Amino acid sequence: MRITVIGGGPAGLYAALLLKKRYRDWHIEVYERNPAGATYGWGVVFSDRTLGELREADYTSYTEITDNFVIWDTIDVWYRGQLTRCRGHVFAGIARRKLLAILQARCRELGVLLHFEAEIEDPTQFISSADVLIAADGVNSVVRSTFAEVFRPSMVLGTARYIWLGTDKVLDAFTFIFRETEHGLFQVHAYPFDGNTSTFIVECSEDTWRHAGLDQADEAESLAFCQQLFSDHLGEHRLLSNRSRWIRFITLRNRTWHYENMVLLGDAAHTAHFSIGSGTKLAMEDAIVLANAFEEHGDDLEAVFDEYESLRKPKVEAFQQAAVESQTYFEHVRRYLHMEPVQFTFHLLTRSGRMSFDNLRLRDPTFINAVEHSCASDDGKLSAALFVPPPLLTPVRLGPTQLPNRLVLALSPDVGARDGVLPEAFVSHVLDGAHRAPALLLFPPVAVSAEGRMTPECPGLYRPEHRDAWATLMEQVHASTSARVIAHLSHAGRRGATRPRRHGLDLPLPPEAQWPLLAPSPLPYTPMSPTPRAMDRQEMEQVREAFVRAARLAAEAGVDVLQINMAHGYLLASFLSPLTNRREDEYGGPLENRMRYPLEVFQAVRAVWPEERPLGVTLTVSDQEPEGFTPEEAVTVGRELKMLGCDFIQVAVGQTTPHTRPAYGPAFLKVYSDLIRNEVHIPTVCGGYLTTADHVNTLVAAGRADLCIVSLEDYP
Amino acid sequence: MNVGIGLPNTKHDITGEIMVTWARKADEGPFTSLGVLDRMVYQSTEPLMTLAAVAGVTQRVRLAATIIAAPLRNTVLLAKQAATLDLLSGGRLVLGVALGARREDYEAVGAQYRGRARRFNEQLLTLRTFWEDHTAVGPRPVQSGGPPLLVGGMSDQTFARVARYADGYIHGGGPPRAFARAAQRARAAWEDAGRPGTPMLWGMAYFAFGKEAVEASRQYLLDYYAFTGPFARRIAEGLLTTPQAVRQFIRGYADAGCDELILFPGVSDPEQLDRLADILEG
Repeated sequence: MRITVIGGGPAGLYAALLLKKRYRDWHIEVYERNPAGATYGWGVVFSDRTLGELREADYTSYTEITDNFVIWDTIDVWYRGQLTRCRGHVFAGIARRKLLAILQARCRELGVLLHFEAEIEDPTQFISSADVLIAADGVNSVVRSTFAEVFRPSMVLGTARYIWLGTDKVLDAFTFIFRETEHGLFQVHAYPFDGNTSTFIVECSEDTWRHAGLDQADEAESLAFCQQLFSDHLGEHRLLSNRSRWIRFITLRNRTWHYENMVLLGDAAHTAHFSIGSGTKLAMEDAIVLANAFEEHGDDLEAVFDEYESLRKPKVEAFQQAAVESQTYFEHVRRYLHMEPVQFTFHLLTRSGRMSFDNLRLRDPTFINAVEHSCASDDGKLSAALFVPPPLLTPVRLGPTQLPNRLVLALSPDVGARDGVLPEAFVSHVLDGAHRAPALLLFPPVAVSAEGRMTPECPGLYRPEHRDAWATLMEQVHASTSARVIAHLSHAGRRGATRPRRHGLDLPLPPEAQWPLLAPSPLPYTPMSPTPRAMDRQEMEQVREAFVRAARLAAEAGVDVLQINMAHGYLLASFLSPLTNRREDEYGGPLENRMRYPLEVFQAVRAVWPEERPLGVTLTVSDQEPEGFTPEEAVTVGRELKMLGCDFIQVAVGQTTPHTRPAYGPAFLKVYSDLIRNEVHIPTVCGGYLTTADHVNTLVAAGRADLCIVSLEDYP
Repeated sequence: MNVGIGLPNTKHDITGEIMVTWARKADEGPFTSLGVLDRMVYQSTEPLMTLAAVAGVTQRVRLAATIIAAPLRNTVLLAKQAATLDLLSGGRLVLGVALGARREDYEAVGAQYRGRARRFNEQLLTLRTFWEDHTAVGPRPVQSGGPPLLVGGMSDQTFARVARYADGYIHGGGPPRAFARAAQRARAAWEDAGRPGTPMLWGMAYFAFGKEAVEASRQYLLDYYAFTGPFARRIAEGLLTTPQAVRQFIRGYADAGCDELILFPGVSDPEQLDRLADILEG
């Protein structure tokens, strides 16, 4: 078999040597456009797991690579001039140049033909001259772009600028440095890779980069700028440049990784942001899996490539997902500069979702001890106490009220009310919940009027007898537990008059049982839903007064916390979303208008709700639909609410229309909670399927949420 | 967790007699349900008609359509067939539905492939009203609100559908780990939708015992799933071939919260059912 490899990086060389090792009679050639000794990267990082695979694949090169490894176990985070350290991670670094030299030597030893300074402009010549064409020619792959209509590459450009530098300072840890300047924030990702040198990547936002004049700076000026900026860290050491320039990271994905006798490997097939390291790891794993596939399927290329792609693609995509989360974190890291160092570090370490509170406790109990002491103090500095409770059991302030822990227990949505009155069975469900010792008990939506009910079985707060029943309930809860109750006031809007949700959502009641629906615009929720009436001013006043009346009744009944629903496509949320609000008056159009009515309702409720009791909002943070309400808009609404005296926000996404499909899974709301909490600076309540104490501890300790919603279904 | 058994309705050598034998044995054995597969362009029997045929020779087991491609079918007819089957079987029908991945099946019945997701949503929305309301299109199903409706698939949209329209989720097969991940997505969607309780969770897998049966089953799986490309081999490798593999698999699914696991035979010989029954009872 004749194999041509385009690209003499780690993926290409490793694939060539692994194949040549198994098939000594195959003719394998590698074409590399650079000279043999040249390389434009500094060091590469491996995590411990990769090493076992290298060992199995080729013991000779494995020994040589590991002999040249620099190994360390620490992550250092320099932030506000202070060092926070977390140990117990295993990293190994090697100079890229050294790695390539080892692989080249091993290739030669096995009889792979290496051609350097061989630029391939037209790869099609190899389609017929070789049996297999391995395209390992990097992110700008010529092979891939020649057959772009088959591989269908997608490239997403990052928003940050970064420059890949080296330094002769020898680091002993993976080092992050965050440095605020008059131009904005700069951050460094640095790690050692041999006995004398370290990689030193400097990154900043596009704005900061321009403001600092770096868009006009040449290589020497950029180097001098960074040298000066980090002089306190570098001391007498120097930053080094090697054709380094400020670039933006490209995340590359391909629809398919093979075509006819061609197969893509490494960066030619996929890239993942450098902040979670490492392209080299993925590239070499690609080579291993490809070689194994040849072993299994011999010269049946279709089977070989199918096997390779089906094994590698899901793994690489999961890695890319984590990388995107990490990249997004660094692009928005300014959002977290209000955090104290320990929390900031914990947040950074848990950014991609691959590491949690429990994982880190196993790696570095001392660090997690500091995290716990930071959570247990009022100001985020370290508590002086010898022992402190885990984050989920630490107290938290919600407006005027101090809560004993971070747990919000969601009560069953199956209330079974008649005319808004809570049935006996539900009252005992509430009391059972209170005895599970959450800080708060969250009611399912409570209607502010009979027309505002979602189903005939919704609880209500619109009649004196509702108040009396709630008053009895509150007395019972308070008499035997310290739990507080949230009444979650809602008007269903166009999602009203539906059947109880035993068999599904938004199934309309039979026509004779329906009541008229209200909405900002006359758009039915589903094709089967009745069309709502567009609210006129008088109806808007009536609904606002219904919210006020419900708040008064709740206050009189002794309800502890009130929450107003502006989520999931119910009435107030449907004013916020451009998908559901098509009004042409001052309540429709730009966000300023769309949020006017929800804010008016909030203000009116705030005016009658006792100041000493918390008042919050459930807010849709994203419609997750094209043209819908966006996270940026949610931040604006959140800021307005905060100014008007909102004490907390519970985050929600989707359900604005029946077509939304959030990426459901454990903790799927955490990014939205993180956004609102750290942009608006307001306490957040986060649900989204949190089923373990580890979920809650991780969210709370990282400052992604203040309170977490758990469900009895997950804690029977 | 309950364990059901699949009927061999996609095997080339199937006869009425074999099918009825399977159904009788299953009804007498430790199984709680009978499953059927759906494929248009294949030498397979139509799933709802197959269930109707075996409804008459069984008393106890649930009859589970696992999984039929709903958009290939007229909605009113599907609603009526399901209601009929539920009525005639005394309320034993479970209806698993999904989009169906094969374009050729759509072309064969003259159904539009494009826009099938939206049509599927509309079907899910309407099916229930035929069963719940006393529309002119009868009959009334025995089970209140109609047969349990399970939605299959793996996309984000699948789990949104489960929470919005269905009574539960049916997984298409894979190791317990994969099932557990999918089950979590279904539960997350369910909770977010404010549905009471938890979704029903169903799983499926293939088994074959004995050298010849194992070999024939692998060939069958490679052929039946050829349309999935490289995954056909994964599926063939996942075949459960030993008592220990079956037990471990069942335990894994039970731990992941599965309510009902349907084990499909790789060959049509009813002796395979006896061997599986022995393992379950042993």
